[in-house]
Amino acid sequence: MTTRTAIEAYGLTKRYGDVTALDGLDLVVPEGTVLGLLGPNGAGKTTAVSILTTLLEPDAGEAKVAGADLRTSPELVRERIGLSGQYAAVDEVLTARENLHMIGRLYHLGRARSKQRAVELLERFDLTEAADRPVKGFSGGMRRRIDLAGALVAEPPVLFLDEPTTGLDPRSRIELWGVIRELVSGGSTLLLTTQYLEEADQLADDIVVIDRGKAIANGTADQLKAELGGERVELSVVDAADLPAAREVLARYASGGVEGGEGSRALLVPVEHGIDSLSRVIDGMREAQISLSDIGLRRPTLDDVFLTLTGHGTQSESNDQEVNA
Amino acid sequence: MSSLVTTFNDIAVVAHRNVIKITRVPEVLVFVLLSPIMFVLLFAYVFGNSIDIQGTSYREFLIAGIFAQTVMFGATFTGAGIAEDMQKGIIDRFRSLPMSRSAVLAGRTLSDVVYNILSIIIMSITGLLVGWRIRGSVIDAIAGFALLLLFAYAISWVMAYVALLVPSVEVINNASFMVIFPLTFVANTFVPAESLPGPLRAFAEWNPVSAVTQAARELFGNIPTGTPEPTAWPLQNPVIYTVGWSIAIVAVFAPLAINRYAKKAKG
Ligand SMILES: Nc1ncnc2c1ncn2[C@@H]1O[C@H](COP(=O)(O)OP(=O)(O)OP(=O)(O)O)[C@@H](O)[C@H]1O
Ligand SMILES: [Mg+2]
Repeated sequence: MTTRTAIEAYGLTKRYGDVTALDGLDLVVPEGTVLGLLGPNGAGKTTAVSILTTLLEPDAGEAKVAGADLRTSPELVRERIGLSGQYAAVDEVLTARENLHMIGRLYHLGRARSKQRAVELLERFDLTEAADRPVKGFSGGMRRRIDLAGALVAEPPVLFLDEPTTGLDPRSRIELWGVIRELVSGGSTLLLTTQYLEEADQLADDIVVIDRGKAIANGTADQLKAELGGERVELSVVDAADLPAAREVLARYASGGVEGGEGSRALLVPVEHGIDSLSRVIDGMREAQISLSDIGLRRPTLDDVFLTLTGHGTQSESNDQEVNA
Repeated sequence: MSSLVTTFNDIAVVAHRNVIKITRVPEVLVFVLLSPIMFVLLFAYVFGNSIDIQGTSYREFLIAGIFAQTVMFGATFTGAGIAEDMQKGIIDRFRSLPMSRSAVLAGRTLSDVVYNILSIIIMSITGLLVGWRIRGSVIDAIAGFALLLLFAYAISWVMAYVALLVPSVEVINNASFMVIFPLTFVANTFVPAESLPGPLRAFAEWNPVSAVTQAARELFGNIPTGTPEPTAWPLQNPVIYTVGWSIAIVAVFAPLAINRYAKKAKG
């Protein structure tokens, strides 16, 4: 079988007054793969999802989703997608079962099939016990699951999940990751947005990093990490007074600048020879009689990727931008 | 399924969901039950004895006016419901489904007719208890109720459009009151239009709320023989005038609202 593309979008642009929410975004997602759309608050993730799910018309650009053109046949797109938005959109007064049943009827599955799908999904999302209670009394994690189940009612070939795990505690997040993995192993195509670099790393085949409406990097998690250059040595000194000396030692073995130090006793430095470099650093520290509380080798995380690509962290500046907007 | 069948299916599913909500949210139920009772009793006993209407008891005169006012307020329910659904993202979920673009609004306005039927039943029972009587034929009385519901249905579409423009339950409720109170007071709902001063009288005579009230009053047989014939055309032909307004309102606001729904971006 040839690989086909489930989502392809070119030059998606959307402005709100002075704010450019999307600035010529291109996306290509092959069938059966997971694309992680990664970006901080206000990056344009929800805007991109809203456009691709026909909720919002772009100012410019075009896209095909599940083989249907967004502009000319949005109703076909809607038949072939499932959406779970950033905020769980379930009716609080209805029960979990009634919510799913209603969605099934609106996908025109028919009464019997809608009922059956509701039962299947309630089971799969571990909601059978709560099935006949109004959603009002559900926890955040349960709401999220029922919302996600809603996106799956019609078994659509293309799924959009906008920040599916935001606001969940670590345990619920890991559970939901399991559910999402299972989903994708069934062959669905998934576009997932997230602010969590770890989440993209865990779930996505490909990652597109966006910032201020533009793609600033893309590739697999490993490619993005490689782009940043090899591994790093990270250490903490016992006595802050040793920091300058420790920097000097590190600089000898480093392949880049030494980071950290201000306000903490931790230092971070890129190295070229992995374990070898690590053991030399340890020797060097011993010779200089600097005692360490911790030292180790680590691969760059996607957080590092983000910092390097944008010059700002995942939270800081873009938050201000949102406040001003 | 043909597109007409799917549209009806979608409308029925949405309306069913809204009706479930009426029965499950106690606040709503209380509002449905109590506010009409309160209106009837308040007007009947507070104003009932202080206002004199020639040839009939004021209570009898009043009931049709209260019905008209209550169903108008019932229509604001449509706006509040849609605004709430927008705020909670339910509208966006619906908009991402392959359902008919008119179904969410058509289902909502339809389920609000159910809501208004409930409140009319309760008001009628209360009215009967305080001495109101239907003095015309049953058919006429049913026509009177139908006319009240038709007019409220039309107003529902206005509210639906407004809610899509300003998706805030608070704003909708306040704005609705600002509009509905004058509309239902500068009318023949609680006093005869002829008794109002100059410009207010002209407004009241051409106000469709007066026409629907007048029509209901006539159809319930609550206008005693010997009452002078109204001088304004709308009040002489209240049924036609009411139906005309209702059709015109739906013809303008349903397409506006549906179009807005299809285009609506959240926020
Ligand atoms: N309806 C709107 N009106 C005005 N500006 C908007 C609107 N929707 C989004 N924006 C702006 O567009 C930009 C992108 O917003 P978007 O919601 O797509 O970001 P996001 O990546 O989903 O952020 P978050 O992680 O906070 O959900 C932001 O600057 C936001 O303020
Ligand atoms: Mg978002």
